[in-house]
Amino acid sequence: MSDRVDRRSFLKIAGTSLGIGALYSVAPLLGAEGEAGEVARILWKKNGEKLKPFSFVQLSDTHVGFNGPPDPLGTQAFERAVEMINGLRHRPDLVLVSGDLTHDSEKPGEHADRMRRFKEIADRLKVSAVHCIPGEHDAGLDGGALFRDAFGPTFYAFDHRGVHFIGLDNVSRAKPEVGPEQIAWLKKDLSRFLVSAPIVVFTHRPLFDLKPEWEWFTSDGDEVMNVLAPYQNVTVLYGHIHRHHEHTVGSARHLAARSLIWAFPDPATTDDKKPLPFDKDQPFKNLGLRIVEEPKGRGAAPGRPTINEVELTMREYSGTVGIDQFLKEGAVR
Amino acid sequence: MRIGHADGRSVVLGIALVAIALTIASPPPARAQGTPRVVEITAKRFEFTPKEITLKQGETVTLRLTTEDVTHGFFMKTLGIDAVIEPGQPTEITITPQTTGSFTTICDHFCGEGHGNMHMKVVVE
Repeated sequence: MSDRVDRRSFLKIAGTSLGIGALYSVAPLLGAEGEAGEVARILWKKNGEKLKPFSFVQLSDTHVGFNGPPDPLGTQAFERAVEMINGLRHRPDLVLVSGDLTHDSEKPGEHADRMRRFKEIADRLKVSAVHCIPGEHDAGLDGGALFRDAFGPTFYAFDHRGVHFIGLDNVSRAKPEVGPEQIAWLKKDLSRFLVSAPIVVFTHRPLFDLKPEWEWFTSDGDEVMNVLAPYQNVTVLYGHIHRHHEHTVGSARHLAARSLIWAFPDPATTDDKKPLPFDKDQPFKNLGLRIVEEPKGRGAAPGRPTINEVELTMREYSGTVGIDQFLKEGAVR
Repeated sequence: MRIGHADGRSVVLGIALVAIALTIASPPPARAQGTPRVVEITAKRFEFTPKEITLKQGETVTLRLTTEDVTHGFFMKTLGIDAVIEPGQPTEITITPQTTGSFTTICDHFCGEGHGNMHMKVVVE
């Protein structure tokens, strides 16, 4: 592989706020000419996967079925998010939902009804695929049985246009843990990839000790991140904490999405884990994902919220299995 | 940190390595020579009773945990406590806290709608 191409800019993921969700754009930066374009063209011929810019959205913690204090809006924020996504000029390819799709209920049949209600609303999304993983309110009481009936496996992986997506389940064992079986599966899944593969993990609870006293942790999260540690371009998207949060360990960046039902306070400001009060004049306040204030290179206006850079810095051309094969074959000299 | 596991019902828990080292390096407290004090804690959805217990630094105590309804967890990372409380099966954990402070202990076994706020305080002075 030639070093003339700026490999780090070959494939980027950048996130920005929709106001009520997070929109991520993936840009292969192929251009119409140059070696990067050649890579894309050859790859397309070889595996049929045409690399082109795409975007995806992360939504989280819709808690369908919950309808009380502090948030009397029920599914309104979720439904508004769906409308907003459908109204985007450049429609995203995917929507990822990082758990607590529903609020649990022990009334016979009620939780299943809430699953169906979630699906009714999610089905309005005009995207090619919606990928969900469970939160503890979806799967903590029945080990994920109802979730699997409604949505399929609680953990899985797939490739999409050069990015490897991994949905992890850290709720179905009732305790906040992934479990040895799933970690073994993860090792096997990742073994196919070069360390430079762009990887997006989406899960419910944080995979690090954010606030154990509030159950904001995964007990074997370190083991999961040790499996991911060799990989240079890892982004972990999660929910559960109902507020925005960023955390970087090594080359992995962890990003929490806001909820679409209520917000929790900053644990640094209080010991009391109580939802923030509802503001009837600003019903969607604190929901969704706020724009991250981060310098965006030269020319960024000081103090102005700018794009949330969730860049999967590419050090080599790689990504899906197809790209790995392409590299190994040395198709470009 | 779990340092022993007797029979599934009785779980002996230690604390951080540093704390163990301190225990070994210095003369054990008088209570550690005899039967540890037993502190009863009851769990039910979505609360622990009592809501707060007070322990002495360096004192070995046995926490006897029972549940009145479903399975609950009993977790406090700083003190190395990570237990499951099954219905009809009291769980005993023995600890010798070396760190003073007020520690929030949570149920970390999802038990229903109010699970997220099921917690109690362990004060070590």
